[in-house]
Amino acid sequence: MLIKRTLSFVAAAAVSMSALAWEPSGKVECIAPSDPGGGWDFTCRSAGNVMQELGLIDGSVQTVNMAGAGGGVAYAHTVSKRAEENKLLVAASTATTTRLAQKQFPGMNADMVTWVGALGADYGVIAVGKDSKYKNLSDLMAAVSEDPKSVKFAGGSARGGWDHLKVLITAKAAGADDLPRIPYLSYNNGGEAMTQVVGGQVDAFTGDISEATGFMESGDLRVLAVLSEERLPGKFGDIPTAKEQGIEALGPNWRGFYMPKGADEEAKEYWVNAVDTLYASEEWKKVMKSNGLIPFHPPANKFDEFVRNQVQEIEQMSREIGLLK
Amino acid sequence: METLGFLMEGFAVALTPYNLMFALLGAFVGTLIGCLPGLGPANGVAIMIPLAFTLGLPPETAMILLTSVYAGAMYGGRISSILLNIPGDEPAMMTCLDGYPMAQKGRAADALAISAIASFTGGLIGTIGLIMLAPILAKFALTFGPAEYFALFMLAFATLGGITGKNPMKTVIAATLGIMISTVGIDIATGTQRYTFGVLELYEGIDFILAIVGLFAISELLFFVEARIGGGRKKMNVGKITLSFKELVSTIPTQFRGGVLGFIAGVLPGAGASLGSFISYTLEKQVLGKKGTFGEGDIRGVAAPEAGNNGASSGALVPMLTLGVPGSGTTAVLLAMLISLNITPGPLMFTQHADIVWGVIAALLIGNVLLLIINIPLVGFFVRLLSVPPMYLLPIVTMVAFVGVYSISHSTFDLYFMVAFGVGGYFLRKLEIPLVPIILGLLLGPEMEKNLGHALILSDGDWTVLWSSPLAIGFWAVAGLGLVLPTLVGPILRRRMHAAMKESPVSD
Repeated sequence: MLIKRTLSFVAAAAVSMSALAWEPSGKVECIAPSDPGGGWDFTCRSAGNVMQELGLIDGSVQTVNMAGAGGGVAYAHTVSKRAEENKLLVAASTATTTRLAQKQFPGMNADMVTWVGALGADYGVIAVGKDSKYKNLSDLMAAVSEDPKSVKFAGGSARGGWDHLKVLITAKAAGADDLPRIPYLSYNNGGEAMTQVVGGQVDAFTGDISEATGFMESGDLRVLAVLSEERLPGKFGDIPTAKEQGIEALGPNWRGFYMPKGADEEAKEYWVNAVDTLYASEEWKKVMKSNGLIPFHPPANKFDEFVRNQVQEIEQMSREIGLLK
Repeated sequence: METLGFLMEGFAVALTPYNLMFALLGAFVGTLIGCLPGLGPANGVAIMIPLAFTLGLPPETAMILLTSVYAGAMYGGRISSILLNIPGDEPAMMTCLDGYPMAQKGRAADALAISAIASFTGGLIGTIGLIMLAPILAKFALTFGPAEYFALFMLAFATLGGITGKNPMKTVIAATLGIMISTVGIDIATGTQRYTFGVLELYEGIDFILAIVGLFAISELLFFVEARIGGGRKKMNVGKITLSFKELVSTIPTQFRGGVLGFIAGVLPGAGASLGSFISYTLEKQVLGKKGTFGEGDIRGVAAPEAGNNGASSGALVPMLTLGVPGSGTTAVLLAMLISLNITPGPLMFTQHADIVWGVIAALLIGNVLLLIINIPLVGFFVRLLSVPPMYLLPIVTMVAFVGVYSISHSTFDLYFMVAFGVGGYFLRKLEIPLVPIILGLLLGPEMEKNLGHALILSDGDWTVLWSSPLAIGFWAVAGLGLVLPTLVGPILRRRMHAAMKESPVSD
């Protein structure tokens, strides 16, 4: 334990000495744009703890909950009131990019902040009930292409939200053309949506792997595909990817941070590297494992580009289904 | 027995010292809230919600605290009924009829003791009923599709006025207000914003915790300020218990009947605890007929309504836990709390959050025992608390409400909103518009809309899907009855209730 701690200190010190002039001193603030207990809250608190353990910061990370408008209140706060702060991180995920793409934060866009990095992801899945006639994703998507109304999907987000978009991304990749006509039923959360699929009222479920695990293990739900580049590690290794089945669809629900655009360049660089160090640490791997997070970490300089691409993709998709004009 | 296993797990949750402590606190505060005239169980639970958030309680502890307050309020209502002839809350109204005469005859201690025991029996019967009925109903509810749910919500709204409600039109107005408020924010069926006017804080809709705390707690405060009840009441003497064992045994059949009837009344939507205590009392009067001295201080006249209202309070939890449709105002507030804790009530809760459901049920059983224990020897203490002037009590309540709401979201915007709701609630109460339907509209409106949307998507826009299954037709029929019956039977029942109150020789 002692050796490990020392090692991580050395590692952290190495990082800070080699690359950085700027270092945060004192209290660092992390805004979780939700009430305590949600995913963003988790991102702030657990990442803050590990950063402290690794010695990336000398003070502590204080998590501030700022709920509202699905992250919009925190986004507006960062852009307008904290635009030049060096010691501020804000938790974000695909939900943030979706809302940005769909102009749900009025007058704001993805260029107004600096995207720091990702700390892992929860991947999208398409699943059916155990007695469903669809045996694989190709069957399901063939039916959708033939008659968009033939397969009804249930998910835990609003229409146009991330769960709905995963269906559209997949259907588009499979060559379906009448996307707006694919029926999508939105529920309050993934669990409610899954019950409808397990109960046979709705044909297919769209959600994240972490939500589906319970019903999948009980055998009530058959996961047809996971929307990742490669097969997922561990117990999820048996689930085929959409890619394997000839459908180039990706749906990572990443978790990560953004920070104020007006912060000093050195500070930005420091945090990008800090997130890299954090992600590579054994401590974080443990956190990921116990919380069902799956590796996802675009290289430091690529994350900003990834976010922009995702926003663009979602924007285009939203236009196609008529959510945006 | 699968249920028994779950119940044991529930006990494991509820019996941890931490949860036990909160159950005790809830039982204590609940009794106190119940015995203060004017402060009913719905207000009591609403006041405790912010406290649960301030303390950052985990979901199961928060729910245990609130259900204990709920059970405690049902116990506490009887104290002021018996001693002051003022019901501490509406369900305790019937307890005045024989409780106060008993107190006047110098048997206040006996009346308090027997009513505590009857409350215990009623609560126990109700909880056992809940344990047996809820899992079955939950399994059954899994087969509900959106059309059935829509019909069920219609039923809930149709029976809202209930049999004891006064003006059905005002109930409709209140429910409509609630549904209107619930449409603010993102519409999950289309993904568009409604009535947000570009204000970011409104994008996620209006938090019903704010609405509840504002409507119930803040408006209560305003009422107290208006009434200027500065001083306390003078101290009362309870005397010694002279209750004989034989007398206690003689009330056992009464307690049993009361508990069972109360439970049934509680399960029925829209009826609630007031009806439970009323029919328990009237039935007892009819069963015993001339043999009793009802209205003049009959011990069974105290036991019956108390067993009834405590049975009903557990009964009302059945539809709330299994279907997500509250059977009474207080369970509506509890439902709001569950949703705020990110737990969707309904059949799924029994599988996804078994620890919380069974923890709460076990806490009800434990709370019942705790309540019996604190209500017999400590009754003198509560009687003394009755004489605490509200000028000390209310600032505490207000402080807890503000700190609690602020600790949920750290937003001053929410505080303004809560105060606005409080002022609104004050005026609505002045207009005698009931507040509970507003909360129900706020809670159930979005669900109803969602299920309607889903039913129509699934049927490809064919409206007949809403009444195409036997179950849905059944719900529609009951909903129809629920709308018609109160206008026919309601006045008769209410006249009887009032007549019963008047008949009582000592009533002012």
